[in-house]
Amino acid sequence: MKSEIIIAGFGGQGVLSMGKILAYSGLMEDKEVSWLPSYGPEQRGGTANVTVILSDERISSPILNAYDIVVALNQQSLDKFESKVKPGGILIYDSYGIHQPPTRTDITCHRIDATEATFEMNNSKTYNMIVLGAVLKSSPMVSIESVLKGLKKTLPERHWHLLPLNEEALNKGAQLIKD
Amino acid sequence: MNDKVTLMKGNEALAMAAIRYGADGYFGYPITPQSEVLEKLEEEMPWETTGMVVLQAESEVAAINMVYAGASCGKAVMTSTSSPGFSLMQEGMSYMAASEVPALVINVMRGGPGLGTIHPSQADYFQACKGGGHGDYRMVVLAPASVQEMADFVGLGWDLAFKYRCVSMILADGLIGQMMEKVVLPEQRPRRTDEEVERQCPWAVTGRTGMRPKNIITSLELDDDIMEANNLRFQATYRLIEQNEVRYETVDTEGCDYLIVAFGSMARIAMKTMELAAQEGIKVGLLRPITLWPFPYKEIAQVAAGVKGILVPELSAGQMIEDVKLAVECKVPVEHTGRMGGNVPTPEEVLDALKNQLIK
Amino acid sequence: MENNDIIRPENLVYKKPALLNDAHMHYCPGCSHGVVHKLVAEVIEEMGMAEKAIGVSPVGCAVFAYNYIDIDWLEAAHGRATAMATATKRLMPNKLVFTYQGDGDFAAIGTCESIHSCNRGENIAIIFINNAIYGMTGGQMAPTTLLGQKTATCPYGRRADLNGYPLSITPLLAQLDGTCYVTRQSVHKPASVRKAKAAIRKAFENSMAGKGTSVVEIVSTCNTGWKLSPEKANLWMEENMFAKYPLGDLKDVESKK
Repeated sequence: MKSEIIIAGFGGQGVLSMGKILAYSGLMEDKEVSWLPSYGPEQRGGTANVTVILSDERISSPILNAYDIVVALNQQSLDKFESKVKPGGILIYDSYGIHQPPTRTDITCHRIDATEATFEMNNSKTYNMIVLGAVLKSSPMVSIESVLKGLKKTLPERHWHLLPLNEEALNKGAQLIKD
Repeated sequence: MNDKVTLMKGNEALAMAAIRYGADGYFGYPITPQSEVLEKLEEEMPWETTGMVVLQAESEVAAINMVYAGASCGKAVMTSTSSPGFSLMQEGMSYMAASEVPALVINVMRGGPGLGTIHPSQADYFQACKGGGHGDYRMVVLAPASVQEMADFVGLGWDLAFKYRCVSMILADGLIGQMMEKVVLPEQRPRRTDEEVERQCPWAVTGRTGMRPKNIITSLELDDDIMEANNLRFQATYRLIEQNEVRYETVDTEGCDYLIVAFGSMARIAMKTMELAAQEGIKVGLLRPITLWPFPYKEIAQVAAGVKGILVPELSAGQMIEDVKLAVECKVPVEHTGRMGGNVPTPEEVLDALKNQLIK
Repeated sequence: MENNDIIRPENLVYKKPALLNDAHMHYCPGCSHGVVHKLVAEVIEEMGMAEKAIGVSPVGCAVFAYNYIDIDWLEAAHGRATAMATATKRLMPNKLVFTYQGDGDFAAIGTCESIHSCNRGENIAIIFINNAIYGMTGGQMAPTTLLGQKTATCPYGRRADLNGYPLSITPLLAQLDGTCYVTRQSVHKPASVRKAKAAIRKAFENSMAGKGTSVVEIVSTCNTGWKLSPEKANLWMEENMFAKYPLGDLKDVESKK
């Protein structure tokens, strides 16, 4: 079993850390994982993306041209990566600010209102966890328990009180996927 | 889950592995894409635990000369940099080779020439393997292709450096440096005591303990005959390293029709190309040189004997391909493909090159 | 009376320091280096630091300092002596680590390393020989060459508009928080030799006490490069060099307390 994923959006949306949390969750389940960010100045305010691979076997290339799952969090990223979803793959995009929705019919497209969901949760910092919740609902490559375990491992103890809020955000995100 | 397995960037693994090795000192200057090495070391504060010295120097020039001094004192010292910084270090590289001192130098390559880009490249292959600084010298060049190898080659690099009194280089690139993967770090070793250093390195500048004869570390020798004799000694060491230390990995080379020779991150991409090729019924094997110097000439020649063609994908205009051609002596077609300036080819692009340039 | 009747311990009034060996020095007659070498050897011996001293020699006339003084030595690349001393001292804090550098090494090609080592307050001592010319390579202009002074690369005399001004670097270093002792000395008269020796001793003691960086500039002669007799070179130094590079302490953190 292997999942090849790219998450793309604006710098500041928590793209890289979302990828990191996903990678840690894979680690919790003893999977092989790789996490490769776009790095450098583009992280600061421009576009950011991160490739995450979870696999039961040794991972070959950490850099890819076709993905099982594309998560596009702005129009630019959607334009850039829609064509990179493997046939039969999944495209998840945040509806906020999207004026040209995806057109492909050979893939599953999930439009999620993640930005709006942060308004409902009254906490913009939950954004990437909401998106992750949606990703895992559409493709349960790791369990929510592993995500929370991974979070606990990476967060300093003083931030552990935020774990319930993160769990809530994951569940909220899962509800955004309409079958 | 194995508690010893952690997830970290290649650059961070370099820093952690150095502390675990019992390193005595790190001297460096920040440059993208490897600044995490110094950042991680400063965060870990090893001077409080193992006593390792960590210093942000005023320049790469100063940093490499600090390494030169530390190495001359018999200490396990290192620096890390990226391409433009490594160009600045060439003076020290040459002096260390001439002085036969053991050191570890890491180049996490970025796209050049000049300031270039901050994205991955392998265009410093010539500089690392064929010289760079002045004079006839070589250094062991290790090319990691995973975060685990980033960690493992720190210890290996120092072990080889001390064994042969030479400089070891880890030649990585921005992709391996910035990528996070699973890694198991080596067990913590204590730093060597002063007595152990003096026993292991009786040539080292440590002060004349017990008024032993004085030790001088110098690269200067104005007597041509003595300097030639020095050079012959260096070359004898290099021949010994060539005999003993060639390292490489092969993947699916048994019965393959085509061979890819690639190192570092490019070898990882090529492995994906092999998966894609297999889906199309093309049998492709991979030979990944782990030591770029000494280069696995013989081993490549052996595998090449049974294939129809060799593709050498590199993040450069084609540098290692010259060594591959030397290895196969024109008996097999050898083709290059690659991207430059920080761009990285996709596995599909490499497959297309294989088809267009070799299968036709 | 035979010579051997005279050479007896009870008649001994002067002794070459044991750390200064009998190797034939390559320095020109009249050069200041020989005197400063002797002082360095004497001070190390008197401090009982022969087993702990590590010198870093430069590129320049003093490149072979390691052949004359019997301690452990590192021979640095041109200008990098203080970088090497930095690492050596940090890796072995209980050693006496000093550099011995000329004006080209210390104040031209090595300026960056010199300033930053001083600014970090490395616990090293720097012996800086300023003779306003490049001796080893045949008398070219140094950063410290005086205006009007003739050298192989300013044959009609140094001109500010063509060559820039002479660099007086020690006052710059005295401003830095990392230096604890910055002084200018000379070795052209017995009294000045005694003062220079005291300065070197103080610098070495500061280094071992962890007080920061000490810089001892020795304003020196290069009679060969200056094309003067040793005696006239001393006079020329007094008349011209001391005006631009006046002797005395520029900074002594201890004396303020």
